[in-house]
Amino acid sequence: MKHRVMGVINLIHETDELERLTQSRCLATVPFGARYRLIDFALSSMVNSGIHKVAIFAHKKYRSLMDHVGSGSHWDLNNRQSGLFLLPPATDDIQEISRGDLYHFYQHRDYFNRSTLEYVVITRSHMVCNVDFGPIIEYHQEREADITIVCKEQAEQLLGRARKVKMDEDGRITAIQDHYGRMLSDTISMEMYIMKKELLMELVETSLAQGQDHLVRHAIFSRIDQLRIYGYKYEGYLGVVNTLASYYDHNMSLLRPDVWRELFFQPGTVFTKGKDEPPARYLGTSKVVNSLIANGCRIEGTVENSIIFRGVHIRKGAVVRNSIIMQNGDIGENSIVQYSILDKDVRVQCDRDIRGTMTSPFLAAKRKII
Amino acid sequence: MGRKEMVAMLLAGGEGKRLGVLTKDLAKPAVYFGGKYRIIDFTLSNCAHSGIDTVGVLTQYQPLELNRYLGIGTPWGLDRKDGGMAILPPYVKQKGGVWYTGTANAIYQNMAFIERYNPGYVLVISGDHIYKMDYDLMLQHHKRSGADLTIAGIEVDWKEASRFGVMHVDDEDRITAFEEKPKAPKSNIASMGVYIFSWALLQKYLVYDEANRSSSHDFGKDIIPSMLKDGLHLSAYSFKGYWKDVGTIESLWEANMDLLADEPSLDLADPEWRIYSVSPNRPAQFVSPEAKLSASMVTEGCMIEGSIERSVLFYGVHAGRSSEVSESVVMPNVRIGEGAKIYRAIIGEGAIIEDGVTVGNPDDDSITVVAVGEFVGNDHMLLEVEPS
Repeated sequence: MKHRVMGVINLIHETDELERLTQSRCLATVPFGARYRLIDFALSSMVNSGIHKVAIFAHKKYRSLMDHVGSGSHWDLNNRQSGLFLLPPATDDIQEISRGDLYHFYQHRDYFNRSTLEYVVITRSHMVCNVDFGPIIEYHQEREADITIVCKEQAEQLLGRARKVKMDEDGRITAIQDHYGRMLSDTISMEMYIMKKELLMELVETSLAQGQDHLVRHAIFSRIDQLRIYGYKYEGYLGVVNTLASYYDHNMSLLRPDVWRELFFQPGTVFTKGKDEPPARYLGTSKVVNSLIANGCRIEGTVENSIIFRGVHIRKGAVVRNSIIMQNGDIGENSIVQYSILDKDVRVQCDRDIRGTMTSPFLAAKRKII
Repeated sequence: MGRKEMVAMLLAGGEGKRLGVLTKDLAKPAVYFGGKYRIIDFTLSNCAHSGIDTVGVLTQYQPLELNRYLGIGTPWGLDRKDGGMAILPPYVKQKGGVWYTGTANAIYQNMAFIERYNPGYVLVISGDHIYKMDYDLMLQHHKRSGADLTIAGIEVDWKEASRFGVMHVDDEDRITAFEEKPKAPKSNIASMGVYIFSWALLQKYLVYDEANRSSSHDFGKDIIPSMLKDGLHLSAYSFKGYWKDVGTIESLWEANMDLLADEPSLDLADPEWRIYSVSPNRPAQFVSPEAKLSASMVTEGCMIEGSIERSVLFYGVHAGRSSEVSESVVMPNVRIGEGAKIYRAIIGEGAIIEDGVTVGNPDDDSITVVAVGEFVGNDHMLLEVEPS
C-alpha cells in the first residue's frame, strides 16, 4: 500500500460474552471456523492490505495469544520491513490494568511516537470479516475526514453486541450509540477506526488530562460535532462474534458456500498458525455431509452440519450433528453429539449422548472428559 | 563456523523420466505426494527429526519450482544461522562448468561446501523416496560397527530385487558384495540409497573416482564397488518400515493408495514424526450436503460436492455436483466439473476436467494421467499407462 499506515489491534476491554470459551484465553484467540482464531481475520486483513507494522494491545489472559502469534511469521510480519508488536499492559500499579484503552495507548506512547507512519488503523479482534483497508483510506482522504469508522448495514437481528451509528447522506456520522442503546439504525460500527497518528495521540493526551480513558466512549462520542467523522460502508461478510449465540451462528454460517468462498478468499486469504497436520482421513465407515473438516481429522463415524477443527477423531458409530468440535477432540464409539460446542481436547467416551439445543448449545470446557 | 558431526547431502536433481507428463516442468523430488506433500518433504523431515541441521540440496533438472518450494528451509526448521539448508546447483568455475555427471560427481563438485563444516560423517540421501527413518540411529550403528561406509538396506520381494542395488550381507551385517540392478539377484536386501560415509574417506574416494575417466561417477556403480574391492568395512543397516521408490506412474499411484488403508503402514498422523511441508494455507475443506466421501484423504481448501471413493485429494480441489472420483490422485487446484467421472487416474495440478467428461476406465487396470494444467473436454485423448 502506498499509504503509510500502522495497524493496532485493540484487545483492551473487548466485549466478551463467550462464557467458558474465554475462561483461560482472551477473545482474540477463541478458535473459529475449523482452524482459525478470531484475531486471524483482523491480522490477515491488515497484512493483505499492505499494513506491515501491527501492534496488538493485549490486555488479559494473553498466554494463548503470545503462543498463537509468535514472531508473526505466519502473517509475514517477521521480516526487515515489517513487525508484529505484542504490547501487554505496562504499568506500575496493578489497579491501573483495568483502565481504558487510551491509558494503555499512553503507556506505550513511545511505540507510536517512534514510528514515522502517518495513519493508524485501529480494530478489535471479534469482527470476523475480510477487509481491504486500501479503499477505506482513500475514502478517508477524499472526504478529508478526521476519523473514518468502518460500518456495516445489518438488517437482520444481531446476535453479537455492536455499537450502532447514524450517518447523513454524505456519509458523515451524526450519532453513535453503545451496545445497549435503543437507537433505530440498521448500521453498526465494526469498531475499525482510521485516523492520523497525530490525531490519535492528541485524543490520548487531551482525554487523559480530563480523566477520560476510553477511545470510543469518551474521545470519539464527545467529539462527534467537532471532528469530521465519516462512515465507510463495508459490503462483505461480517460476523460480530462476542456472544455465545453469535459464535455458534457465525460458525454455522460458514456452511454456506458463498460465505466460505467470500470470507476465506476475498479480497485476500486468511492466514493462521500452521500445524503440519496430515490431510483429513475419511474411512470406509464415514458419512459426512454439509460440514467443514480441517486437516488432521480421522473420521470413521457420521458428521452432519458441523464444524470440525484440526486433529479431531470421530470414531465408529459416533454421530456429530449441528456441533462445533475444536482441535484434538475425540468422540467415542457410538456416542451422539448434537447442538454442542466442545472446546479443545475434549474427550467424549463411548456410548454417550450429548444434546444441546439450537438456541442453547451444550458447551464443554477445554480438556473435559465426558 | 561450528564443526558439524554429520552433514546431509540430498540428491534432488532427478529428472524422473518415468513419471512422464508429471515431471515435464518439475524435478522429481518436487512431485506431489500424499494429499499435501512433495516427495522431498519426507527426506527433509527425516533430517529434521534426526537432529541434522545442515543439508545441502543438490539440484539440477528443472530446479525452478523446487527452489521456490524449498526457499531457505523454514518449514523443515532448516533456516539456521549456523548450518541450515543450502541449495547447490551445478555452477560455473574458472575453467568453465559442467553438469553433475553422476551422483558421486555431484558431491565431488560440492566438497567445498562440506569442508566448511568439517564434519566427521556425511549422509548421502536421495529426494526420490517415501519413508520415515531416524538417520541418527543409523549413525550410531555406523559408529558402533566401526565401518567406513554404512548403507541402509531393506528386504524387498525377490521378484522386485532386480530393480535395486542389492547387498550380500554376512551374519555381522558386513556387506560382502554389492550388485547394481542385477538380472538374477542373489540377495533380496535392497540398498535404499541412504549412505553414511566417514568424511575423510569419502573425500579420498571422490577425488580418486573423479580422476578415473572410465568411471560413471555414481555411488552405486563406482564408489561402493571400489570401496568393496579395496577391502574396506562396509556395513548394512537394516531398516524395517515403509519405503517406496515412487519413480513410476504406477508406483506413485500405488504409494498414494497405500495411505488409504485403515491403518496405513506409513503413518502420516504420528505426532512424534510430523512430515513438514510448505503450508498451502487454505480454509478447512467444505463438504456439501450432496457429497459422499469414503476411504479417502482430502486436504484443506477442497470443496467437495460429488462422490469421492478411495482417492487422495490435494488442496484446493473442487469436485462439482454429481461428479465421481474413484481410486485416483487429484493434485492441487484441480477443477472437476459437474457429473464428471474419474477412475484410476492421476490428475496433474491445476487441470480442468469439464462437466460430464469421463477420465479413465473403471473396468481396466491401466492408470490414466492428466498433465499439469491440462484442459480435458469431451473429445480429448489421454495418456494411459499399462501396468507393468
